[in-house]
Amino acid sequence: MARRRPRGFLDPVRERVDVLERRVLGPDATPVKRATFNRALTALVILVLGALIFAPLYGFDPAALLAWLVSAALYVPPWESIPRVGRFVRPVATLVLVIAYPFYFDSMFTIPIFGPFPDIATGVVMLVFAMMAIGLNIVVGYAGLLDLGYVAFYAIGSYTAAWFASVQFANRTVHFGSVGIGPTVPGFHISIWLLLALAAFLSALVGVIIGLPTLRLRGDYLAIVTLGFGEIMPQIARNGDNFFGTGFNLTNGPNGITPVDSPGFGATLHRVTGGVLPDNYQTALNSDNVFFWTAVGLVLFTIFCSLRLRDSRLGRAWIAIREDETAAAAMGVPLMRTKTWAYAGGAFFGGIAGAYYASFKGSTFPGDFFFNISVMILCMVVLGGMGNIWGVIVGALFLTYLDREGLANIGAWLNENLGLNIEVPKYEFGIFGVILLVVMLFRPEGLIPSARRKAEFEEGVHDQPLYDVSH
Amino acid sequence: MVTEARRPPVPLLAYRPSLTAIFGLALVGIVLVWLVLQLLAEPADFVEISLIGVTTGAIYALVALGYTLVYGILELINFAHGDVFMLGGMLSATVAASWFGLESGQTGTVVWFSIIGTLLISMAFCGVLNASIERVAYRPLRGAPRLAPLITAIGMSFILQNVALAWKGPNFIEVVDVLPHSNVFDIAGVSYAWNKLIVVLITVPVLILLLWLVEQSRQGKAMRATAQDMDASAMMGINVNRTISFTFLIAGALAGAAGLLYALYVTNIRYDQGFQLGLIAFTAAVLGGIGNLPGAVLGALLIGLIQAYNEGLSKSEVFGITVPAPPGGAWTQSIVFTILILILVFRPEGLLGERTPEGA
Repeated sequence: MARRRPRGFLDPVRERVDVLERRVLGPDATPVKRATFNRALTALVILVLGALIFAPLYGFDPAALLAWLVSAALYVPPWESIPRVGRFVRPVATLVLVIAYPFYFDSMFTIPIFGPFPDIATGVVMLVFAMMAIGLNIVVGYAGLLDLGYVAFYAIGSYTAAWFASVQFANRTVHFGSVGIGPTVPGFHISIWLLLALAAFLSALVGVIIGLPTLRLRGDYLAIVTLGFGEIMPQIARNGDNFFGTGFNLTNGPNGITPVDSPGFGATLHRVTGGVLPDNYQTALNSDNVFFWTAVGLVLFTIFCSLRLRDSRLGRAWIAIREDETAAAAMGVPLMRTKTWAYAGGAFFGGIAGAYYASFKGSTFPGDFFFNISVMILCMVVLGGMGNIWGVIVGALFLTYLDREGLANIGAWLNENLGLNIEVPKYEFGIFGVILLVVMLFRPEGLIPSARRKAEFEEGVHDQPLYDVSH
Repeated sequence: MVTEARRPPVPLLAYRPSLTAIFGLALVGIVLVWLVLQLLAEPADFVEISLIGVTTGAIYALVALGYTLVYGILELINFAHGDVFMLGGMLSATVAASWFGLESGQTGTVVWFSIIGTLLISMAFCGVLNASIERVAYRPLRGAPRLAPLITAIGMSFILQNVALAWKGPNFIEVVDVLPHSNVFDIAGVSYAWNKLIVVLITVPVLILLLWLVEQSRQGKAMRATAQDMDASAMMGINVNRTISFTFLIAGALAGAAGLLYALYVTNIRYDQGFQLGLIAFTAAVLGGIGNLPGAVLGALLIGLIQAYNEGLSKSEVFGITVPAPPGGAWTQSIVFTILILILVFRPEGLLGERTPEGA
């Protein structure tokens, strides 16, 4: 028996379309014909809507018109029906648009209410959080384990970068592949590229260490343990300048560790490639742009790993555990090992993201790792659609944009146009709370759901209550 | 013959503790030895700090009971509970100051009537609030995967925090200081102030009332039946939805009482304190055995004592041994959460809980 679901806001529209389709094509049209009809209708709607929205708002702003034409050209025609190359058209075109973003973002139009397009520094943060959201999606979306302390892995990644690429441990002087640092500067100075890998493995290791004792607990206990762990981490970071009175300065306390070294390829590679590869990211002329492109590369790597993991033997075991733990165990899926791998996998990407972010900001502070951030990342996964990597990315980009620029812009618009005086960014986490609540109540599968997850939420769990819960 | 030879040797002890049990007991043993040494070093300080711990523990107990009641019936961690408690504290502060016109340092019978009045208002408000949260955020998801209500609980918690933020702003708000600070007794250097005793004096009757309600009353019976088996109790004619609403109402009322006591005792409160305190109270509930009412009280008292010892005790010397100081207030949360993790690892059913087939 399917759980009674509230009707989606698009359901009435869909029914009308069905009626229209039957009237135009007759009752027994072939699926191909119906698909073509639907596509034609969608194209028509997009064209008309675009004309209606864009024309009055922008007065035929060429940038807006171009953006609308490009997106229509990309998403309306049936590109995927071209044999062989067809299925690559949309991803490749999207990727090209993303990579070219630094060149056209400041000539873009202003979106009503939301304001201008995000700048490149915001774009880097958006991509970093997209990476974290994809990592958390492995734990929450694939394996169905609620992790409320994901920020801990982000913290471990950040502090790994900070420890081994700054003057924090000044009584040692170790240099290896760092850029822009004089050879006599004290402290560890390891190349950020190596530290990304180190942070990933360290986070994964910590994930396993936390996971082993706690993963045998049931889901909600796991949630609270991860939450506890996520609360302990920033406290260690905050009090770590004098560990239990021993005088050992691990984290430099509330002052944080700063500056963190910059990533870069060094002078030799810079010269050999004719200046294509920057020698030092932070001092490069197009500093934000190179950080942005590298972040795009890291996100692509994360997406690739995540997709391959999902379709692997391990990934299928995760999904089996998520759908029915008992049945999965009965089929021979080793629960503990599989869950621990999910944990480690999620932590891995959290670590990379944390280390890269620390190197981008050039600093690490304990205040960056509050519980709020864990919830924000969870909110990205839930909003986008648990289990669907594309949904999660969209959720992450959108929410990080709101966090960095969007809410301030929206607030300014509201206060100006409605005569209000609200500090909208102050209520950011209340807004995230509302998003969590509304999405779980009305569209638990998220905005862009994976078909499988959607079915689970519609079917519900197997022990259906006998009594009616809907009144 | 062969089978005879393979028979395992009879163990010397009938009870053979596992390795984790030994390790856990050793941890507890070390802490106990440390406490005894501290007691011998500074007896008066130690007793006074213990009394502070009991007072804090009493407030935690009221909040922890709310978690344990809800968990017992729905197996849901109500993350919003701590924020209900915080809103109760803020409402109490406002009601006491603006409706009853209390002022800091005021004395006389009018203070007592005002406190009782504020208590009732706060309990009613938080009870209704908690029941409405259940109705809006948890009931529609009762058939959904377990993840879903947990996520809405987190969402609800953030919403309540922001309601308080919009209402009272981001800073600590001052609460009228009306509880008398004079000493109840002062024996051999151990003093106990009235404001601490009053917290305990209000907590105890509320706890007794709750125990009576759950153990003796008809509604309490329905609650216990629903907690055991929702479907079976529905078939026996129990209105499951009403019972669950009632449970949330009671839990919220307890949080309201705790909110008032906290506000009057600590005399300041901030919008984000509920969540932190709620997590500590939840740890107390898990420590005592979640779903078990006396367990929640016991756990809360223990956590209160641990917090007080951690924040109050210092390095001392006895019999020529230097007794090390605890890590101090900056680490309280870490210690509480470490206890939570250790409990879940070593004894997931808690101190007074029963081992469930799911292994907690």
